[in-house]
Amino acid sequence: MSQITRDEVAHLARLARLALDEDELDRFGGELDAIVSAISRIGDLDTADVPPTSHALPLTNVTRPDEVRPGLTQQQALSGAPAHEDGRFRVPRILGEEA
Amino acid sequence: MSVSTPEELMDYEQAVASFDPVLGLEVHVELGTVSKMFCGCDTTFGAAPNSQVCPTCLGLPGSLPVLNATAVESIVRVGLALGCDIASWCRFARKNYFYPDMPKNFQTSQYDEPICTDGHLDVEVDTHDGPPGSRRTFRVEIERVHMEEDTGKSLHVGGATGRIHGADYSLVDYNRAGIPLIEIVTKPVEGTGALAPRVARAYVTALRELMRTLGVSDVRMEQGSLRCDVNLSLRRSPSDPLGTRSETKNVNSLRSVERAVRHEFGRQAARLTAGDRVVQETRHWHEDTGTTTSGRSKEQAEDYRYFPEPDLVPVAPDPAWVEELRAGLPASPAVRRGELQAAWGASEQEMTALVNAGAVDLVESTVAAGAPADAARKWWLGELARHANERSVDLAELPITPAQVAQVVALVESGALNDKLARQVIEGVLAGEGDPDAVVTGRGLAVVSDDSALLEAVDAALAADPDVAEKIRGGKVAAAGAVVGAVMKATRGQADAGRVRELVLQRCGQA
Ligand SMILES: [Zn+2]
Repeated sequence: MSQITRDEVAHLARLARLALDEDELDRFGGELDAIVSAISRIGDLDTADVPPTSHALPLTNVTRPDEVRPGLTQQQALSGAPAHEDGRFRVPRILGEEA
Repeated sequence: MSVSTPEELMDYEQAVASFDPVLGLEVHVELGTVSKMFCGCDTTFGAAPNSQVCPTCLGLPGSLPVLNATAVESIVRVGLALGCDIASWCRFARKNYFYPDMPKNFQTSQYDEPICTDGHLDVEVDTHDGPPGSRRTFRVEIERVHMEEDTGKSLHVGGATGRIHGADYSLVDYNRAGIPLIEIVTKPVEGTGALAPRVARAYVTALRELMRTLGVSDVRMEQGSLRCDVNLSLRRSPSDPLGTRSETKNVNSLRSVERAVRHEFGRQAARLTAGDRVVQETRHWHEDTGTTTSGRSKEQAEDYRYFPEPDLVPVAPDPAWVEELRAGLPASPAVRRGELQAAWGASEQEMTALVNAGAVDLVESTVAAGAPADAARKWWLGELARHANERSVDLAELPITPAQVAQVVALVESGALNDKLARQVIEGVLAGEGDPDAVVTGRGLAVVSDDSALLEAVDAALAADPDVAEKIRGGKVAAAGAVVGAVMKATRGQADAGRVRELVLQRCGQA
C-alpha cells in the first residue's frame, strides 16, 4: 500500500498554492492515498508488451503554416479580467517567484 | 525590489591567478516567424498591449495549441548548423509554475526529449598575451537546443523603494506570450582561464551571427529577441570537481555578457578566498552598475512537475527532410566571414576587430546600401564605436541604420560633406534629428562648394597675408597651406579643403 506522507501533502499544497490547515493535511493524505491505490491496480496487469504512451492519438507532426490569423481585440481580451489598467491585465504582485 | 549591499570583489588579475573558471551559457532566441508558436497571433514587436492575443495564448478554457511548421523547420536548421543530432521523435512538456507571465500556469517547453542534442560552436577570441591580434579558438560544446514559447511581459507597479505592502500589483501584456523561443544550452565550458569573459562574449556574438546567417531571427538584443543567462563557477584547480555556480539572468547585451562574467569571477573569488561559500542562486544583472545582486536561491530543487504535453502530438522529423534542410544550410559564419574579408579587402586583424565589435553585419548592410567597404568599416569602427562606447551600448543598438551610414558616406564621397561635418551629421542622426539629408539641411552643414563664395574667401585670405601670397606666386606652393587654413577657418570648416587649395593655387598662377 502506498503511503502519502504529511510532508508530501504539504509540498503538493505549496506547489498548488493551497493553504491547508492541520486537519486538512491529515485528511488529504488519506484521500490521496485512496486515489493512488486505485490507480496502482494497473500494476497488477502484465504490461510487458505494452509500450508506454502519453498520447491517445497515433499521430505525429501535426502543424499549421506560419500565417497570421486574427485573434482577439484588446477590449475582448481584457473583457473577462477581474481588473485591468492601461490595456494590461492587472494582477496581484508576486514576489520572489520569477520564473 | 530588495536592496542589497554591493559585495566584495577581488582584483581580476588576482582572481585569475587563484581560480579556474567554468562557464555555462543559456541563450534564448525568439524566432522570427510571423505568427506565434501554437496559435496564429501576430508577432510584430511594439504593438499595443494585449492586441496580439487569442484564446490559445491567453490560456482560455477549450482552446488548443497547433504547432507552427516554420518554427520547427527553424530550430532543426539551427540544430544542424550547430552540428547537433536531431531527435527522430520528441515531445513537448508542460513546465508548471504559478507566475502571471504565463496565463496557462504552465509554459509549453521540452524537458527530457529536446529536439537537438550534442553540438558545438567554435569561437575565436583575442588573447591577452601573445603579439597584438593573436587569437585562440575555443570549442563550446552544446548540450541541447529545445523549443518552447516566450512568456508575457510584466510591469511592476509601486513598492520600488523596498517597502512592500498590499497596494503593489503588476500589469501584464501577453503579446509576447507564445512567441516561438529556442533555448540553447552549453555544456560546462572549461579551460578558458582569464579569457572566460571574452569567450562568453564571443560565443554569444557567434550565436547571434549564426542566427542572422540562417535568417531564423532578427536577434535584436535591445528588443529582447536574444537573451542570455550566464552561469559561472570557480575552483582552485582544473583537476578539482566543479564548484557551486551562480546563474546571472537576463544579461542582454554583448558587452554585458563579458562584464557579467568578469564581475561574477571577482565576486566569487573574493567569497571563496574569505572562506565563504558561493550560494547556488539566481542573480540579477544591473546594467547601470555592472554588478549582480542575489535573487532567488536555488538550494531547494525546483519542482516544475514536467509532464508530456497531451494537447500536442509528438514531433518526428522525417530523416529525408532533415537531410534536405542540411543540404540547404547557408555557408557557416566562418566561411561567410572569409568571403566578406576577401570582398572587402580587409586584413585578418581588421576582420577580427569587426567581429569582436559585432560590426560585421552592420558593415555588410552599409556596403549593401552602396558604401565602399573601407569607408563603411572606418565609420563603424571609428566614430560610431566611439558613440557606442560613450553610451555604453552595442553598435547595433545605436539609433542609426546602416542605410543612414551609407548616406553619410555618399555625402562625403560627393564632396558635399567633409569628415568633420560628417561627424556632426552622425551626431544629429543619433540625436534623432532625422536622416542625414535632414540633419544637413536642419543644421546648415553643407560644404561650401560654390566656387564664387569660396573665391571671395580665398581672395580675402590672400589679401590679408600678402607675404604668403607673394611666396606662392614665386613658386613656393607649400606656403598655400596657410591660406587654405585661413579659408577653412573663415568658412567654419564647411569648405572642401582640396578645392580651396586648387583655387588658391589658381589665384596665384600656379595651377
Ligand atoms: Zn494567440
